Amino acid sequence: MSALWKTVAVARKEMRQIGRDRRTLLILLFVPVFFLLVYGYALNFDIRHIRIAVQDNDRSTESRDVISSFVNSGYFDLYGEVPNDEAISRVIDRNQVRAVLIIPARFGRDVAAGHFTRVQLIVDGDNANTATTVVGYVRGLISATSARYEMQAGLGSLQGPLLTVEPRVFYNAELRSTLFLVPGLIAYIAMLTAVVSTALSIVREKEVGTMEQVRMSPIGPVPYILGKTAPYFLVSLVSSMSIVVAAMVLFDMPMRGSWLVLLGVVSLFLVGALAFGLLISSIADTQQVAFQLALLTSFLPTLMLSGFIFPISSMPTFLQVVTHIVPARYFLVALRGIVLKGVGPSVFWSDLLALGIFAVAILGLASLRLRRQWA
Amino acid sequence: MTRLTHVIRKEFLELRQDPRLFGIVIMAPIIQLTMLGYAATTDVRNVPLVVVDQDGSSESRDLVSRFEASQSFMVIDRVSSVRQIDRYLDTGEAWMALTIPADYGERVSEGTPTTIQVVADGTDANSTNVALGYAGALIADYARELAAASGLVAGPPLVSAEVRVWFNPQLESRDFMIPGILALLLLVVTTNLSSMAIVRERELGTLEQLNVTPIARWELILGKMLPYALIGLIDVLLVVVVAVFWFEVPLRGSLTLLLLMCMVYLLTTLGLGLFVSTISSTQQQAMMTASFFFLIPMVFLSGFIFPIENMPAVFQPVTYLIPLRYFLVILRGIFLKGVGLETLWPEALALLGWGVGILTLATLRSSKRLA
Repeated sequence: MSALWKTVAVARKEMRQIGRDRRTLLILLFVPVFFLLVYGYALNFDIRHIRIAVQDNDRSTESRDVISSFVNSGYFDLYGEVPNDEAISRVIDRNQVRAVLIIPARFGRDVAAGHFTRVQLIVDGDNANTATTVVGYVRGLISATSARYEMQAGLGSLQGPLLTVEPRVFYNAELRSTLFLVPGLIAYIAMLTAVVSTALSIVREKEVGTMEQVRMSPIGPVPYILGKTAPYFLVSLVSSMSIVVAAMVLFDMPMRGSWLVLLGVVSLFLVGALAFGLLISSIADTQQVAFQLALLTSFLPTLMLSGFIFPISSMPTFLQVVTHIVPARYFLVALRGIVLKGVGPSVFWSDLLALGIFAVAILGLASLRLRRQWA
Repeated sequence: MTRLTHVIRKEFLELRQDPRLFGIVIMAPIIQLTMLGYAATTDVRNVPLVVVDQDGSSESRDLVSRFEASQSFMVIDRVSSVRQIDRYLDTGEAWMALTIPADYGERVSEGTPTTIQVVADGTDANSTNVALGYAGALIADYARELAAASGLVAGPPLVSAEVRVWFNPQLESRDFMIPGILALLLLVVTTNLSSMAIVRERELGTLEQLNVTPIARWELILGKMLPYALIGLIDVLLVVVVAVFWFEVPLRGSLTLLLLMCMVYLLTTLGLGLFVSTISSTQQQAMMTASFFFLIPMVFLSGFIFPIENMPAVFQPVTYLIPLRYFLVILRGIFLKGVGLETLWPEALALLGWGVGILTLATLRSSKRLA
């Protein structure tokens, strides 16, 4: 019996086993699309509806003007007035508002007379990202207000600022964070499905005792590994490609590059991820250990170290080096390149190479480990 | 009571037989926290910038030097034509291009308003937004300086905002993220340990044996849970030490309250795992159910990374089902805001209710399955 036939035989056995466990098969096929649906809608960094409270110590036309400029900007929802400092602490401690705007008494008179004045803003800094954005919005609004009153007070001869910035954004003109996050979600879901589906496959046979039988049979470790991977490869390829299509239908994710390249990149990534699951399975002695290893090596690192959410360039240098062993990192560069930028392998060939090396190395390691256990 | 201690001893013996597992659950959280603590930052700095200086005057060089001096930007190259920037953005070498028009120096010295174009790669919408904000502020400040120097405006702006950021004045996203990572690590380690606890016995056939012993269901559940709770507590202590002493996350509230709340949280994570264990027939099913239906939703919908207030209104009610949501509010409240139970009691109560509820459910289910 040739190695190919042995591989096919193992694959058929594994296929039958997957088919019998309906819950697992359904999870593998449909949960990814469902996830994309939920998380694609739910997750974004677009900061709107910031709840803001106001302490207006002036109650003039001018102070009301400032407050309404906040509300009209569309970024802020007015929570209400807070009378004193204790109330400010309370609403911020209880997360009822994210910021408090304090307008000093005499604000209206000062502004009308052309005297310098300042308003105070208190921001809840617990989420630094949101706070930075809030501060940016507020500075913009205040400086627009300032320019208006400067004109009225006849200060300065300049109509508008001397330099203006005209931003032009490539690839994602409306700066929708969904377009950034959806490819990340695709990578994350694909990685997890692949690792989770294979991580228990070998160790289960070890724990239940059927591994002995496999070893007695004339199958070598390499056909065994390949046969174990192939069915899961098919299942995860189907589910990965369907989440890509779902992303386009549901979230207007563009597809600016080539489908063929996409298919190739996804396959390459999946082979690596499945092989990684097998490697875990060959290292662990019990399914419990395998589960722990799978979660700790793929669940969190793929989330945090792949550039899915946190930009790699903002990480400290030593960690940037560490991210090179996270395969999703390369996959994401290629995926975002294909769908958002419409570039081809000529731009991301080095990432493809890395994915290829990862897949081959991990498959090799897994076979090597098994061969030792085989003997 | 002695029966309970027997189950606990048995569980500990099993854990000891698997030294690798023991090493993983103790060491992994520390290693993970150290790495992820550094990784989880939404701060935007060193944005790679390419400059297209079509003017080449001393004024344009002055503007570029402002960008060079800023912590937020890193000028990686200068080119002479706008067409050359595509390559930088396509490959991702640069995120932004600053294009200075040819007559820039002339216009600025005359006091004529001028527009500067900033081209940005919008792939990472969040970071780009922040970076555009930095660029806008930098240029606005610079413009004001220029205008003031040539007497076009009267010095500083008439109205300015004095911003005070509470709890995190440096706006370090790390202080926000690390308490979240603590919660997540605990969840990952304890839920999946306990999710295998009963189903493993079922798969290996030893559940039958436990069945014929005079152990009550609640004793089995409790006995399975306590060893993992102990491991969880050790993890809590280790991780808090790393967070406070290594990452210098301020711990402004009470340590006792923090530990107490961690115990309540462990009740929910372990209860959840045991519940999964009772509804699965193989360890593989348990693993899939735990990771897909519990762990992933918790990561994304708890407010750990993605603020709940940014979610569409339809999704926000769903987040109330997630225990991690409450624990995160508690953790961040204790760490960053230094508040106590007087503010956090609704979340604490919700968390406790969740834990007791899921444990009861697990006990009820296991008695039905075992009978």
